[in-house]
Amino acid sequence: MKKFIASVMFALSATLMATTALASGGGVHLEHADVDIHNKESLQRGVKYYVNYCMGCHSLSYSRYNRIAQDLELTEEQVVKNLIFTRNADGEQDKPGALMKNAISQKHSAEWFGAPPPDLTLVGRSRGPDWIYSYLKAFYVDPTRPMGVNNTVFPNVGMPHVLWELQGLQEKHCTKEGEGAHAVEHCELKTVKQGSMSAAEYDQVARDLTNFLAYVGEPAALHRSTYGILVLLFLAVFAVLAYFLKKEYWKDVH
Amino acid sequence: MAERPAHNYTGILGWVEDRFPLMETWKAHLAEYYAPKNFNFWYFFGSLAMLVLVIQIVSGLFLAFHYKPDTGLAFASVEYIMRDVPGGWFIRYMHSTGASAFFIVVYLHMFRALIYGSYKGKRELIWLIGMAIYLALMATAFMGYLLPWGQMSFWGAQVIINLFNTIPFIGEALSTWIRGDFVLGDATLNRFFALHFFLPALVLPALVFVHIVALHAVGSNNPDGVEIKKGPKGNAWSETAPADGIPFHPYYSVKDILGVVVFLIGFFAILFFAPEGGGYFLEKPNFEPANALKTPEHIAPVWYFTPFYTVLRAIPDPWYGTLAMFGAIAILFVLPWIDRNPVKSWRYRNNAHKINLILFAVVFCVLGWMGVEAVTPAYKELGTRMTQIYFVFFAVLWVHSNPAKAKYVMWFGILLAAIIGYDLVFRVPGSDAEALTQMLIQAVWPVGYLALTLLLPAFKPSCNEEKPVPERVTGH
Repeated sequence: MKKFIASVMFALSATLMATTALASGGGVHLEHADVDIHNKESLQRGVKYYVNYCMGCHSLSYSRYNRIAQDLELTEEQVVKNLIFTRNADGEQDKPGALMKNAISQKHSAEWFGAPPPDLTLVGRSRGPDWIYSYLKAFYVDPTRPMGVNNTVFPNVGMPHVLWELQGLQEKHCTKEGEGAHAVEHCELKTVKQGSMSAAEYDQVARDLTNFLAYVGEPAALHRSTYGILVLLFLAVFAVLAYFLKKEYWKDVH
Repeated sequence: MAERPAHNYTGILGWVEDRFPLMETWKAHLAEYYAPKNFNFWYFFGSLAMLVLVIQIVSGLFLAFHYKPDTGLAFASVEYIMRDVPGGWFIRYMHSTGASAFFIVVYLHMFRALIYGSYKGKRELIWLIGMAIYLALMATAFMGYLLPWGQMSFWGAQVIINLFNTIPFIGEALSTWIRGDFVLGDATLNRFFALHFFLPALVLPALVFVHIVALHAVGSNNPDGVEIKKGPKGNAWSETAPADGIPFHPYYSVKDILGVVVFLIGFFAILFFAPEGGGYFLEKPNFEPANALKTPEHIAPVWYFTPFYTVLRAIPDPWYGTLAMFGAIAILFVLPWIDRNPVKSWRYRNNAHKINLILFAVVFCVLGWMGVEAVTPAYKELGTRMTQIYFVFFAVLWVHSNPAKAKYVMWFGILLAAIIGYDLVFRVPGSDAEALTQMLIQAVWPVGYLALTLLLPAFKPSCNEEKPVPERVTGH
């Protein structure tokens, strides 16, 4: 009987291991973004890069300028001067309380890029910071694509490499190991044209942008852990009281 | 009409009591409702389920103040709540975390009923009402999940509503009737919002009310499965009350306060520090607005539906898969008539029964896990094998009804033959080599399950021994 149980257990564990081995694999390797939404300077640089390089095409239409001003400790004047480039229907500059929309035509941009550029307010939550950071660093020259570039994190992406002047240009070099169906391809990106920034400086730009998008995806994240600590502290004290209250009452129960 | 009991209340309370059974009800259901004194950890989940219902109704009401059930506005209105409504993010996370917490609490509450046989001894109706609550809860959660109008909201609802398409003859008409349109759109969103408010605000509280009325009429079960009303009478509070009973209030009300606080510590830890619940409470694709032209790479329902989703996917034919999925829920209704063993609590039943219940819980969890994973040959087979065990569990439970006379080896043969027969007739034809290999390797799961629950008690008498149920409850 014991032998039988032992053999069943062995079969179970062997199957489990085989199952896990089969289930793993796939997907692009993402770099750790290492962002900190409490780093205000990084967020301020991030929003600067965002409105200058990204917002022409990618709106942040669920967020308001003044909310960002408040969270990033910017004055209303700074926001009006540096961040708001759009006008309302009357031709006046958008107010700080406006949603962060842009002027690009959905119809025309769909013709230019294949699809209208998506709103990015929530990309920090849907894709995650590591994806954004890796994506911003993963453009490479590919003459077969309409924009002349491709991306290893988002293959055949429709957008051009907007930050190429900063990063420079990369090329993808692949080597094959093994043969036939078992061949494994290793690819790496190599800089072929230096941009205006060093690799480390560009990484910081990508990190600041990522940080800003992570923040703008969930502004409440700036504050919720503070509330969380207070609530849990209160409940911890309450739990002690509740425990002794219960104990006191239950003295009668025999 | 029967005479109401006399009372000594004076002042406002006396005035009210003459006109309305306020204190009478208080006494009948709280201060003089005698519950067994030996409730353990498992007995927190009933009151916790009521707490979560209240959290959901109140947070849902505040969300409804700001939410717009319109395909063009819904997604943005949720983000408006998250950003511009003061404290809106807190209310929204209360509601989204509460949805998952509801199912965690309810699944534990149901498992408690399973291990202590709480559906026995004239308590079948309590179980049936409980199942109705569970159904209403699932319907509510399903419709609520459409409301944020994100990608997973849309495609999840699309998949589930299309299941009705598979019903012969009336399928197409039925799913059109449910959607209110030929495609999933504004009409669907609007009615789901209305139903998502109607069910939990009116139907659920009514069902919970009758659940408790039925419970208090029969009396609570307990971890020993002893009927305290049949035991000796007389305790410190009343000469006529069961000796093993204690007044619900204050003893269980103060105990439940402790349970509530511990629960809230976990609840708020998730709410404030990990509101997405690792992508299981709020799924990542749902941060993209619904797009009917862009199917997500991998559609997975929220975790609390995934066990049944795996059952659905275990059968390639959509109509039979749908039947199996609803069957997996429907079979739970008749549980009190499957488990006919007079011994209620697993404490006094044989070890094979304990193994059976624990394995059922494990299988349910694995089914849930398979439901969130993308299909690979190994996972597909694992999901199918777990589905087979899920259904075979009820047959084994029935066999365990009378351990002394059970023909274990015969039932082992019959159930194994049923599984192998099912594999040979429905699964082997048309399977490729890899699927067949998986089928063979993973046959270890049902074989192992049947061996542990049916062969073990057959050949090891200590695993088939039931212990005598004590006269009185043990411990408190």
